[in-house]
Amino acid sequence: MSDGETIRVDFKSVLGKFSLQANFAAPARGVTALFGPSGCGKTTVLRCIAGLTRVEDGLCIVAGDVWQDPGGAFLPTHKRPLGYVFQEASLFAHLSVRRNLMFGAPRGKARTRKGKIAFDEVVELLGVTALLDRAPGKLSGGERQRVAIGRALLSQPKLLLMDEPLSALDRATKDEILPFLERLRDRLSLPIIYITHSIAEVERLADQIVLIEKGRVIGAGPLEELQSDPSLPLAVARDAAVTLDGVIAAHDSGYGLLTLTIRGGSLIVPAPPAAVGGRRRIRVIAGDVSLAREKPGLSSILNVLPARIVSAKPVGDQELVAVLTLGADETGARLLSRLTRKSWEALGFTEGMSVYAQVKAVALAPGRGELE
Amino acid sequence: MRLTAFVAALSAVLASFATPVEADQTHVAVAANFTEPAKEIAALFKQKTGHEAVLIFGASGAFFTQITHSAPFEVFLSADSDRPKAAIDGGFAVADSLFTYAIGKLVLWSRVVDVTDGEAALKAGNFQKLSIANPVAAPYGTAAVETMKALGVYDALTPKIVQGNSIAQAFQFIDTRNAELGFVALSQLHRVTEGTRWEVPPNLYSPIRQDAVLLKTGADSEASKAFLAFLKGSEARAIIEQFGYALE
Amino acid sequence: MPPEIWVPIRLTIELAAITTLTLLIVATPLAWWLARSRAAWKEAVAAIVSLPMVLPPTVLGFYLLILLGPDGPGGAIASLWGARTLAFTFTGLVIGSIVSSMPFVVQPIRNAFAAIGDRPLEVAATLRASPRRAFWTVAFPLASPGLLTGAVLGFAHTVGEFGVILMIGGNIPGRTRVMSTAIFDFVETMRWREANMLAGGMVVFAFAVILSMILLEKRFARAGA
Repeated sequence: MSDGETIRVDFKSVLGKFSLQANFAAPARGVTALFGPSGCGKTTVLRCIAGLTRVEDGLCIVAGDVWQDPGGAFLPTHKRPLGYVFQEASLFAHLSVRRNLMFGAPRGKARTRKGKIAFDEVVELLGVTALLDRAPGKLSGGERQRVAIGRALLSQPKLLLMDEPLSALDRATKDEILPFLERLRDRLSLPIIYITHSIAEVERLADQIVLIEKGRVIGAGPLEELQSDPSLPLAVARDAAVTLDGVIAAHDSGYGLLTLTIRGGSLIVPAPPAAVGGRRRIRVIAGDVSLAREKPGLSSILNVLPARIVSAKPVGDQELVAVLTLGADETGARLLSRLTRKSWEALGFTEGMSVYAQVKAVALAPGRGELE
Repeated sequence: MRLTAFVAALSAVLASFATPVEADQTHVAVAANFTEPAKEIAALFKQKTGHEAVLIFGASGAFFTQITHSAPFEVFLSADSDRPKAAIDGGFAVADSLFTYAIGKLVLWSRVVDVTDGEAALKAGNFQKLSIANPVAAPYGTAAVETMKALGVYDALTPKIVQGNSIAQAFQFIDTRNAELGFVALSQLHRVTEGTRWEVPPNLYSPIRQDAVLLKTGADSEASKAFLAFLKGSEARAIIEQFGYALE
Repeated sequence: MPPEIWVPIRLTIELAAITTLTLLIVATPLAWWLARSRAAWKEAVAAIVSLPMVLPPTVLGFYLLILLGPDGPGGAIASLWGARTLAFTFTGLVIGSIVSSMPFVVQPIRNAFAAIGDRPLEVAATLRASPRRAFWTVAFPLASPGLLTGAVLGFAHTVGEFGVILMIGGNIPGRTRVMSTAIFDFVETMRWREANMLAGGMVVFAFAVILSMILLEKRFARAGA
């Protein structure tokens, strides 16, 4: 990717008893998730990108514009064309919703620039029309957060930074806002860096993911790759799963099933009828995948696919996670399978072996089921 | 001023509880301008008689108010003659104990202008500010006004007059040279060598009689009566004169 | 009302008004710095600013007398128009009142700025607001109840100031005889009626000021919730 298409970040510092060594490149397009456990430094990285925290030895180049470099250049936050959504909405208490929204909007000559994000568009996108003349104190948590997002967008940013925007909200409100975020991502061509510690949000929103642990970047790339990389924590997590994009090949309205083609095979998913050719994202949990040396006979499991074991990694004393590639060669989609060491040894599985993957349950990834 | 006097009085009372009451102590309210001579006299008094005079310094007006509200002073040395008289009239003091212990001398003092010929300096008026004590609050202030009227310069000088709320403050204005000159008590210039001074001829102002009186609270106190007697004696009078007061 | 009553009142109000206005202009940037700076010597500055609250008026008045006089900066300034000192002038009183009322104005404003915290200003920066714009459009409005409190306290404190004014004023009618020193005079000459008029008026005024301050603060607190 050329310079104009990436966001390059490299921050090194010791802040308190925390050492930061974050180095990654993200595409200047789509949603890049910064993912990791609490306290791992994700917020610090975001604040460094925004210039809110200043680290002496830092590099930040956004689509060719130098925001900071180790030579001493440092663009102050208010000169960076960014939008920032904090975990708590932080609306200005002394301004109405409308004035909050317009706070960062360009004034004077810059007002009528073409291609800009329009007020009406944002208000409609985030569903805040009815709230415009209210005071921030009179809004619910979800409403406040939507206004905060709108406010960030109306400052015409070239990069949107979001720090766990949904963490402070309850389950119901989260579910209410996620579709707004998806629409945001789909309708505006704006790179978004999105911090979360929820893998569900990552799966739903992100194209790329940067994994952070103890202040260091331990992996960066497309979600699917990182989910099935045994050296990364995702694959060995209790709820490890892979998310795959498939194309609808057929639908069976009698049994309410869709057949989705993925690289190296196809999967049958319970789903409402839909047109052939449509795309869907599905989720396969490692614990739902079991392995067989031979093609199983009569079994209730619908999805049995030929696959090859790429690698196996012990998890704890008694379990393993195996990484499989579907189909005969190396190019198939990756699946994870979690099995007991006893089974692994009793059935004599080895790396490189051809096996059958039995996928007990496939689900459409929530929300993002429909990709168009 | 009031506050310090009150606190001092309070501590004196508390202190008196701490020592056995053997009537060898007396509490004397002393006008602020008489501070230095009072200290010397009290020291000598103790030496000669063994009695201790506990001195409390402050403004006569404040003392008077306190005396009329049963403050525990036994002797009152005022800066004027009105207040001791009022104390007697009010029944707070012993009538025939009244006497003038000192007569204040008014003096014109300056650290900036030559006032050796005070009358001429006042008439020439080559200064911006003249400091006096507030006539309402201090007899030296009244005396200053009388002097200026007697010399026929009061009307001309009125716009230049600034008042300190006590003779000490009037002194401070001149000492810091905020006022070029002003009327103070001669006793205040006791150890002062800077500047020039003009002792105001006594015929220009009503005498500033500073009267002492025995208060009812000290009527049976040997030490109190002894102190007043000592104050009339020659040793005390010598000290008083030394400090710049006149005597009767 | 005879002049000996209303002239001190007018002087007092003028003094308090000018002092308060000047203090708001001076105290606000100082309070901002105190609230947000990370300099190691910041609290030392805060302590110096608070000194007038703790020092007896006689001490303050004494040092002011020297500072305002011919040996100090006051004298230098006064010589510009041929005077020798700023003591005994209304200007001198303003300076003295500014010094003595400063902590009462700085403190509430500093607290109000500190209460804002970093977040609103960070948000403003992410919304293209320069530090100056962020101050005027975010910090200042959010802190305005504190500014109001400071103004009211400064005004009330100046009205009631006695000790310092006594020390540097010279009690000149029409110039430096304000309400507090006028009351003192009336009491000394036992003119109780006049003393009561002025003193009673001051009590009513103080009560009205404090009451309205409390009510205004409540209203602001509700609006900004």
